[in-house]
Amino acid sequence: MPTNKLFFAGSGGQGVLTMGQMVTYAAMYADMNATWLPSYGPEMRGGTANCTVVISPEKPVSCPLIYEADNLVVMNLPSLIKFEGMVKPGGNLFVNTSLIEQKPTRTDINVYNVPANDLAMQLGNARTANVVMLGALVRTTNVVPVEMIYKIMEKTFSGRKAALLDLNKQAFHTWKPE
Amino acid sequence: MKAVFKQTQGMLPVSTSYCPGCTHGVAHRIIMETLDEMGLLGKAIGVAPIGCSVVAHQFMNVDMCESAHGRAPAVATAIRRVHPDRIVYTYQGDGDLASIGMAEIVHAAARGEKFSTFFINNGIYGMTGGQMAPTTLIGQRATTCVDGRTREQAGMPLKICELLATLDGPAYIERVALNSPAHIRKAKKAVRRAFEIQQEGKGFTFVELLSTCPTNWGLTPPKAMEWLEENMIPYYPLGVFREPEVK
Amino acid sequence: MSEKVLMKGNEAFAEAVIRGGVRFYFGYPITPQSEIPEFMSRELPKWGGKFLQAESELGAINMAYGCGAAGGNGFISSSSPGIALMQEGMSFLCSAEVPVVLLNASRGGPGIGSIQPGQADYNQVTRGGGNGDYKMPVFAPASIQEAIDILYDAPALADQWRNPVMVLVDGLMGQMMEPVLMPEPKKPLESADIPTVKPWAISGSEKGTRSVVKSLRLQPEVLEEHVEHLFEKYGRMEKELVRVETENVENAEVVFVAFGTMARLVKEAMEILESQGVKAGMIRPISLWPYPYEAFDKIGKNCKAVISAELSMGQMVQDVKLGVEGRWPVRLIHRVGGMLPTSLDIVEKTRKILEEVR
Repeated sequence: MPTNKLFFAGSGGQGVLTMGQMVTYAAMYADMNATWLPSYGPEMRGGTANCTVVISPEKPVSCPLIYEADNLVVMNLPSLIKFEGMVKPGGNLFVNTSLIEQKPTRTDINVYNVPANDLAMQLGNARTANVVMLGALVRTTNVVPVEMIYKIMEKTFSGRKAALLDLNKQAFHTWKPE
Repeated sequence: MKAVFKQTQGMLPVSTSYCPGCTHGVAHRIIMETLDEMGLLGKAIGVAPIGCSVVAHQFMNVDMCESAHGRAPAVATAIRRVHPDRIVYTYQGDGDLASIGMAEIVHAAARGEKFSTFFINNGIYGMTGGQMAPTTLIGQRATTCVDGRTREQAGMPLKICELLATLDGPAYIERVALNSPAHIRKAKKAVRRAFEIQQEGKGFTFVELLSTCPTNWGLTPPKAMEWLEENMIPYYPLGVFREPEVK
Repeated sequence: MSEKVLMKGNEAFAEAVIRGGVRFYFGYPITPQSEIPEFMSRELPKWGGKFLQAESELGAINMAYGCGAAGGNGFISSSSPGIALMQEGMSFLCSAEVPVVLLNASRGGPGIGSIQPGQADYNQVTRGGGNGDYKMPVFAPASIQEAIDILYDAPALADQWRNPVMVLVDGLMGQMMEPVLMPEPKKPLESADIPTVKPWAISGSEKGTRSVVKSLRLQPEVLEEHVEHLFEKYGRMEKELVRVETENVENAEVVFVAFGTMARLVKEAMEILESQGVKAGMIRPISLWPYPYEAFDKIGKNCKAVISAELSMGQMVQDVKLGVEGRWPVRLIHRVGGMLPTSLDIVEKTRKILEEVR
């Protein structure tokens, strides 16, 4: 398996950095090499949030920075406009259509429309929108094993938070391809 | 024959490098005698400054280190953390403490660091050759204010005890003078009080010792003592500025 | 060894140095390493250690000096402008032979510069940014795991040599997360054991000898003797502390020299060049002082050019030239100001250099 480069973008509070971290944790649990790198700087406060994840199944990750992405997740419109060009030809773009009405302009990539906020609302918890999106990404690309995502959820939602485990697993599976 | 005087073990048996008539020797002696009398020489750690007393470790018979100019309170802060059961003190002049090292002394005092600072205030830079200090008095001559310090050109002298007394951190602040036997006896009591309060773990203790610099003042040692009395004490009044709260 | 955990660089650095025996931290917040003092304030007391936020970088380095002089295992961290403020203290620590571990998360300069990664502190950290003749080992890890391993060993190394030891990283490494293994904690040095373990330290003369820690030596002959003693020690460090990773230098057509973050960008560029049929190798200095000059002797006869890849206007390139000794053309690929080249930029510039030297 070659290196897989992922980029997650949205605004602060959309769980964009968490999405990237969950993929990185899952890669680690699956004995793969991975790096997670957030954008950082003064723009961190209240502005855009994005992070890069590089997964390398065999060799250590050489470079944690990317200039093109195998998989791009955009959670809001400014992110689509800014980062659409980053997707490799033949790569995947996951669009949060709940908040992005505009269509992507690229025709050489696979576009997956995921109404993440709407699906999360239907489940009764708007905060799971990033998990809905994560499910769409992982189930479509198999970039990390689904069981490893479960493992993280089970670690995160234990004890007093155990009630949230089923909700998150449900959110992870709620999106269906068109 | 009955011994009526014995040299303190706190001072090494060497001649100091200080100028004749300089009160550094007096300050050294009362501090080291006090540690000796309190049985603390083996437990004391001293921090020397930059200035004439940079070589204090050649005379004071305790574990010592030098510090960069003005940073002795930062150095002592860390030493006290590594050795919480030791007695730690800094010995600093007016250029070191009241000019370049103002941030370190103010913050150590505000934190209530459990060490003692002995502040030698002679109103002039000794080692570098008589330049103006932050505590040089208005009208006092120095090589960087040859006609005397003016408020217009150099601002006002700093009153460190008064300044530190505005803080809630320090446990004990006193100003003493080294220009007469009576004042020196009082100074030694203040030094002892500082060490006692440190030993009790009550916080930061500070003793300012008004001192003479006959060489750079251009006065004989006796005249320097008089000059201190007539000029420094009126501007830098002696007394206790902070006492630990009695519970 | 415990199981792998995903850790952010800054927190991993702090945890590793605690596990390596550090029990005292002094620091002043500065981006991009402020998570280190935050972590230390939270975690160090749990290990029985002491944290203090200093009033300034001057306060911090001098607290580190007091701590080391008293025999404690101290750690301070800062970033380029803060490290610049500490230079007087570093010269002092080296002269007085006081051990401490320093971390420099270097950023773009000069001046306040930027908070993005930079390597323009290379001359400052390898040549001694303070006054006088002195040296300090500087290690530049390229991954969080490597940084952990270096920081874990650093307190013992500083003690062994009675010298400050610096670890050079940047904000990118501080913010990045990678799966890592944390080593088992070492037994820390207790205050009560300092008089016997470090008899030179100032801990009170009741231990039987009087200790003085100092750097002033007014008599020229005494100072000369002291500096010669220091350089005898530095000479042994030069033999024992060189650390370097080399890859394919024997057969390479082009050999890169890069450290830290830049080495990882170069590594990806090498993979691309390889796929294009260009044989590329790399010398990755892990110790920047002492510098791995001898690694250059491994470069093979196919080499057409040696390229120093740096995030500065060309500082390490001087050391590269010393290592190359005129045997191959030396070129520079660089970005500054906190800008990073992409691996594709590096590939393109390398191809141009190869055309030019053929």
